[in-house]
Amino acid sequence: MEEKIVSMENIIKEFSGVRVLDNVNFNIYKGKIMALVGENGAGKSTLMKILTGVYLRTSGKVLFDGEPVDFNTTKESQDKGIAFIHQELNLVRDLSIGENIFLGREPVGPGGKIKWRKLFDDSREWLTKLGLDEDPRELVKNISVGKQQMIEIAKALSLDAQVIIMDEPTGALTMSETERLFEVVKELREAGHSIVYISHRLNEIFEICDHVTVLRDGTLVGEEPIEKLDEDRIIEMMVGRKLSEQYPRVDTEIGEVVLEVKGLTNRFVENVSFQLRKGEILGVAGLVGAGRTELARTIYGVYQPESGEILVNGSPVSIKSPKDALKNGIAYLSEDRKENGIVLGMDLVENVTLASLGNYVGKIGNIDKSKERESTDRYIKSMSIKAAGRNQLLQFLSGGNQQKVALAKNLDTNPGILLLDEPTRGVDVGAKKEIYELINKYKQEGMSILMVSSEIPEILGISDRVMIMHEGRVSGTIDIAEADQEKIMTYAVGKEVS
Amino acid sequence: MGKFSLKGRNWKQFLSDNKPVVVLLILIITMSFLSDRFLTWSNIITVLRQTSINAVIATGMTFAILIGGIDLSVGSVLAITGAIAASLVASGMNIILVIILTLLIGLVIGLLNGLLISKGRLQPFIATLGTMTLLRGLTLVYTQGRPISIFGSDTSAIFSKIGTGYFLGIPIPVYIMLVVFFISWYTLNHLKIGRYTYALGSNEEATMYSGIKTDNIKLFVYAVAGVLAALAGIIVTARLGSAQPTAGSGYELDAIAAVVIGGTSMAGGIGTIFGTAIGAIIIGILDNALNMLQVSSYYQDVAKGVVILIAVLLDRKQRKSR
Repeated sequence: MEEKIVSMENIIKEFSGVRVLDNVNFNIYKGKIMALVGENGAGKSTLMKILTGVYLRTSGKVLFDGEPVDFNTTKESQDKGIAFIHQELNLVRDLSIGENIFLGREPVGPGGKIKWRKLFDDSREWLTKLGLDEDPRELVKNISVGKQQMIEIAKALSLDAQVIIMDEPTGALTMSETERLFEVVKELREAGHSIVYISHRLNEIFEICDHVTVLRDGTLVGEEPIEKLDEDRIIEMMVGRKLSEQYPRVDTEIGEVVLEVKGLTNRFVENVSFQLRKGEILGVAGLVGAGRTELARTIYGVYQPESGEILVNGSPVSIKSPKDALKNGIAYLSEDRKENGIVLGMDLVENVTLASLGNYVGKIGNIDKSKERESTDRYIKSMSIKAAGRNQLLQFLSGGNQQKVALAKNLDTNPGILLLDEPTRGVDVGAKKEIYELINKYKQEGMSILMVSSEIPEILGISDRVMIMHEGRVSGTIDIAEADQEKIMTYAVGKEVS
Repeated sequence: MGKFSLKGRNWKQFLSDNKPVVVLLILIITMSFLSDRFLTWSNIITVLRQTSINAVIATGMTFAILIGGIDLSVGSVLAITGAIAASLVASGMNIILVIILTLLIGLVIGLLNGLLISKGRLQPFIATLGTMTLLRGLTLVYTQGRPISIFGSDTSAIFSKIGTGYFLGIPIPVYIMLVVFFISWYTLNHLKIGRYTYALGSNEEATMYSGIKTDNIKLFVYAVAGVLAALAGIIVTARLGSAQPTAGSGYELDAIAAVVIGGTSMAGGIGTIFGTAIGAIIIGILDNALNMLQVSSYYQDVAKGVVILIAVLLDRKQRKSR
């Protein structure tokens, strides 16, 4: 029987009368990695925030090392040895690595003078333990996201953390950074630390976790050792129904060339040429940094091409801004919806019509609000967007529903060409399938779709053709019938396929 | 956003959503006990007339703050446009032409601010701090440091009516203020450019990605602030019968205070013209009340500062709680 370092029993949490956690039990075992999974809104973050003292529980018990504890602030949980590494890292970008590790706990001498040498020496020690040879005097903004993640871990270790909670730690990491992170996580386990690993990426969970706890709608579905589970079973537990097929494929008749890119070159991409046909989904695969997002944004007019040509329906077009792109029937769904996809402080109506407001202008230049409402309601219905109403602010929607609104905004511009950049990033499993179904529907309606994705199963699941990029160039294009994970990866790392 | 409508809400909800109104009511009730002259028709009219100038400037400021910017140059714009208007009136130019020309100058200055901020990529604070100082200097050069009288032609008296006249017992500047409120409210809530103003203030990137030329929105917003400052310049000059070279000094601060008391977020994206109207009236009543209670002018600023802080704190507290 494994020893529990943390045990949360019968946790109930209510926000102004709404129960978001209902009688949840959660255990963290000594020297083990516990996966915490569930769809967005299942209560994972709330549970972890209760454990770390951000929220107070409505009722229930928390035991740490067998002792009941009551954390009222994050400081108290930190002092006990619980560290929470958030998805959005909490580092001060303009301070050095060392200053970040010891922020608020700087070693000081007489008169409050900071002992810089000790601070940097100690920092170096922690970095070395994690296999990093970074200079602790380097500013955090100058190192990669993967390394920033390591700095957070170093900080946690320097706090003598027994329990480290990681929320979607690989979201922004490259493959090699992810591998490095896994090595470190495994080393931490060897050294006796306990880890909570929150992730949507099930393959990662199978790679490193020992146990899995699944939450759904604020309730505990179950806790199982990893050996007893497989991917399908976890998905079933998360969504509460059998997922016969995660990637619904539809075959349509592929028509004439709608978008043609010839020799597109700028500081991000080099000599990129491809064709996109009516009713076709062209998947764009590649590693992070291969220039896929930049390619989509160059076509959309965010970045300017230095040379090359873009043809829409056979005629060359000049696209200098997103406005020009939209005029030519090209819409773009951003990979980073909070940054540039949606306006969090606006409601569904205002977001849906933001890019197409010109179609809602009445006789005297005024916005026809009833027409706006009608269209928004249509999208809410056809895309089954879950919201309290069309006037709810986007900030209160789940990731999947925000993404649907972002998609609705694109569709409302009536595009012939849809550029989708990581269309299911940060979206839970159930909503993913709904988004695939929507993409398929638009394909059937004759839209041409370019889909950039880092998830190879997704690329294989719904594209008709796969284009792979490597360091700004197209390194290969494969028909879906011949595509598999291995071939895509080979092209993605820039090797020739034998 | 459209907190203007009262339909389907009870008063309690309305007041908790609009803390500035609560502050205003408390102020009015307190003052009506402290002075029996306060709630007289003539005093109400006085307060509204005094409020009108700040209200017009603050409305322009609301646009700037809504996109996450600020316009510090409004006081200086008021001074230079007032001076130019005064000398044009004195030279006998047609009044309509004077008004159009003066507003155009405000427009050009506003566009200049907008260009510095959009194309020049300057921080709004820095850009308008620069034009504020520059324009104040130009005003002193233009006026030679002396007031310019509007009198000396047959149209002077008509022009002065803009500031001193009454219609149906209500001062002309109050009508101007109401018209400015209405047009601005309509623009922000019912026109594309208004929607884009909010969007730009909430998320500039997403607005740009939605195919909107964000630079144009910035130009528009600062142009509005410039035109409304020029309009205030006309009212002030007409009211006093002359343009003072130091007119409008510090007016930007009263305008910012009105906007912020009215619940507009300095970070942009959140705020209403209704709020700004309430904010301007609160400041107007404060000035009036402190004078009426014969508080020494030193203490007036202390009291004003305290009320501004209380109003903003109340609003902040409400927003944080959920």
